Amino acid sequence: MRRTHLKGVLAGAAVLAVLTACSTDDGGSDPDPDADSSSTGSSDSEWFVQADFDQQREQMGASFEGDPAQPYLQYIDGPTTDTAQWKTDKPMKVCFANASISNPWRQTGWITMNQQLKVLQDSGVVSAMETRDAGDDDNKQIADIDYFISEGNCDAFIISPNSTAALTPAVERACETGKPVVVFDRGVETDCATTFIHPIGGYAWGIATAEFLAENLEEGDKVVALRILPGVDVLETRWAAAKKIFDEKGIEAVDYFTDANPEKIKSIVTDELTKGDVKGIWMDAGDGSVAALEAFEDAGMDYPVMTGEDEMSFLRKWEETGLTGLAPVYSNFQWRTPLLALEKIAKGEPVPAEWVLPQEPITEDGRADYLEGNEGMPDGHYAKFGGEDLPGYPQVWQDRQIP
Amino acid sequence: MSAPVSTPTATRAAALPRHAHGLAGRAAASIGTPGGAVFVLVLALLVATVVANPNFGDPGVLIRFLGRTAPIAIAAIGQYYVIVSGEFDLSMAAVIAAQVVVAGNYIGDDTGRNVIGLVLMLALGAFIGLLNGLATTLLQVPSFIVTLAMMLALTGLVRYLSGGAADAPPNDDFREIGRGTVESVPVVDVIPYPLIVLAVLSALAVWLMRRPFGRTLLAVGDNPAAARVSGARVWWVKTRAFILSSLAATVAGILLVGYAGVHPTVGDGYEFSAITAVVLGGVVLGGGRGWVLSAVAGAFAIELLFTLLTVLDVDATWRDTVRGLIIIAAVAFAARAWTVGRRTGTRRTAPTTPATPLTTDLSGPPTEPTPGTNTGGN
Repeated sequence: MRRTHLKGVLAGAAVLAVLTACSTDDGGSDPDPDADSSSTGSSDSEWFVQADFDQQREQMGASFEGDPAQPYLQYIDGPTTDTAQWKTDKPMKVCFANASISNPWRQTGWITMNQQLKVLQDSGVVSAMETRDAGDDDNKQIADIDYFISEGNCDAFIISPNSTAALTPAVERACETGKPVVVFDRGVETDCATTFIHPIGGYAWGIATAEFLAENLEEGDKVVALRILPGVDVLETRWAAAKKIFDEKGIEAVDYFTDANPEKIKSIVTDELTKGDVKGIWMDAGDGSVAALEAFEDAGMDYPVMTGEDEMSFLRKWEETGLTGLAPVYSNFQWRTPLLALEKIAKGEPVPAEWVLPQEPITEDGRADYLEGNEGMPDGHYAKFGGEDLPGYPQVWQDRQIP
Repeated sequence: MSAPVSTPTATRAAALPRHAHGLAGRAAASIGTPGGAVFVLVLALLVATVVANPNFGDPGVLIRFLGRTAPIAIAAIGQYYVIVSGEFDLSMAAVIAAQVVVAGNYIGDDTGRNVIGLVLMLALGAFIGLLNGLATTLLQVPSFIVTLAMMLALTGLVRYLSGGAADAPPNDDFREIGRGTVESVPVVDVIPYPLIVLAVLSALAVWLMRRPFGRTLLAVGDNPAAARVSGARVWWVKTRAFILSSLAATVAGILLVGYAGVHPTVGDGYEFSAITAVVLGGVVLGGGRGWVLSAVAGAFAIELLFTLLTVLDVDATWRDTVRGLIIIAAVAFAARAWTVGRRTGTRRTAPTTPATPLTTDLSGPPTEPTPGTNTGGN
């Protein structure tokens, strides 16, 4: 009997070990104990670089070149890359190494990108786009890029890196082919790419949201910060900037990792409400914002001041509840820009070496316009998707068939 | 079962093992076993939580907490059937996610589809369980592998249906099952529907485990060969356990889609929570022993732990580590509790049994394995 028992315990321990290992990948084993200490001052840490913070704060007020009606083509004036060597009349075969389409933001962008692709195929700029989806896996994406380099017959690369450090060598290998390389969204630690396209960035998000909450709350009020997962630079910098401002303004902020799981979000917020007053909710992405608000409803509490995202579910809930809120934006229309950059490159026009796109939050005043403009769109759709002039609008986005 | 109150009771009591002492005696004895100790653990965690923040002692808060834990407890009941029959079901979380996404996609805004949707979901759950069970029993593939493969297959399905992202939740009527409450109840204010579902399923589980099916299930888990020889259809008993497990996951999914909405991450970690709950509840991995309500208590212990860490403001980055360590400690403690509980039992019963070679061996240091009986046959 005892032997069986021992086996049982061992088996149990094995199961626990395996399953804990799985779960800590997402949340617990974050090699980043500095995230919180970044708030102690201006000292840099892995996810807080004072210079970047200052630069993005400046860019928030910068003037953008180009037509405001086409924000996906706007940029901040700066150094450009000469592209004369790639000037061509022949349609290009584009190879796109995508990190994933595993969240509504990426899905919306991916749909928009495909509609943009159709336009460029019709105009003869692009012959075809071969896409490999890495499914949030660094190793898979490195293999995808290497496959493109050796067997893809690519005329140009578009890379949306899954993570910063891990993908750097693969992007460098793509650059070494001498073909144009367009990197967008998350960055890599090399400037070899022809252009790196991104909205202002995570610090700008953190600054806009934390200052909004600080303005609408009293000193000493409590904010619950709901974060998706650790270790992604565009998300970490949002929190690092927000935390710094919360600390400066005397707002008490406690953060949680949620994997955007609405069940976890609701349990966390419910427990926090039981502990004491929660005056504000801060999110590093809007996915799950409705669950957070439902926790207030189920507990019979007043709605908090809240920052979500320009996802339709949040905009609708925000309007419906009438809470004091802000929808920060990580400009979804950037998914159009890489293909449009290739169009410029094919014409031999210079492109910004770092193509900084505008990133403007949706305020309560602007909300009605975006709700109207995106009527009938599904909950996971992003208001600033920027594809209103593309073929298939609005049907394609309403159907939300992932290409 | 309870001993008749008469004069010989005192003498009989001394001769009887502690668990035959009537209800109070049995309760006292069972606290020494992990199946009972888990209730002490739940109580300790609850006290710790309330001490850390008295707001959690409010009846209205507690009842909502119980309601929120119901899906995990229901999953633990399902997992119990499988574990007690000597198998594992690792596909639970994936079943939950699949059902949640199905509810979002198929039912959606259309209240007319609520009933048929429910029936479909239950049918899908039963079918998944049937596949798990048949592959384990008839194809003789270890359930570890079968259900792991099922998990992958379902995860793929969820990805295909959802693209890995949130979807609009089903209509509010459907969500009411998991989100609604019975209003204006005295003392506790509300009774969440999920808690009622849990109570019904717990009662059914206790009843079922006392039926021939439950007895056979335990026998199959304890010694499949002996069960087969004595006429049990082992494959069918185990397959039914898998079906019950998938159905439990389905019910958990139905409640969760109401509580939280549609997201492919809903149900994440439920196989872990359910297995841990069952183990914390003192159910022996490998099968054959354990009480279903202890598994339910195990689920409450796990969720209380989650809440306690929130109350104590444990840093977000450390949270999973702390949880993991506490769970390992609790399981290790539970494992020791079995040995301690059995040792006292053996001593009490020893005088009444003839001195067999086995008991003579056990009179030595209890940690030393008995040659032949305990170390042989590795």
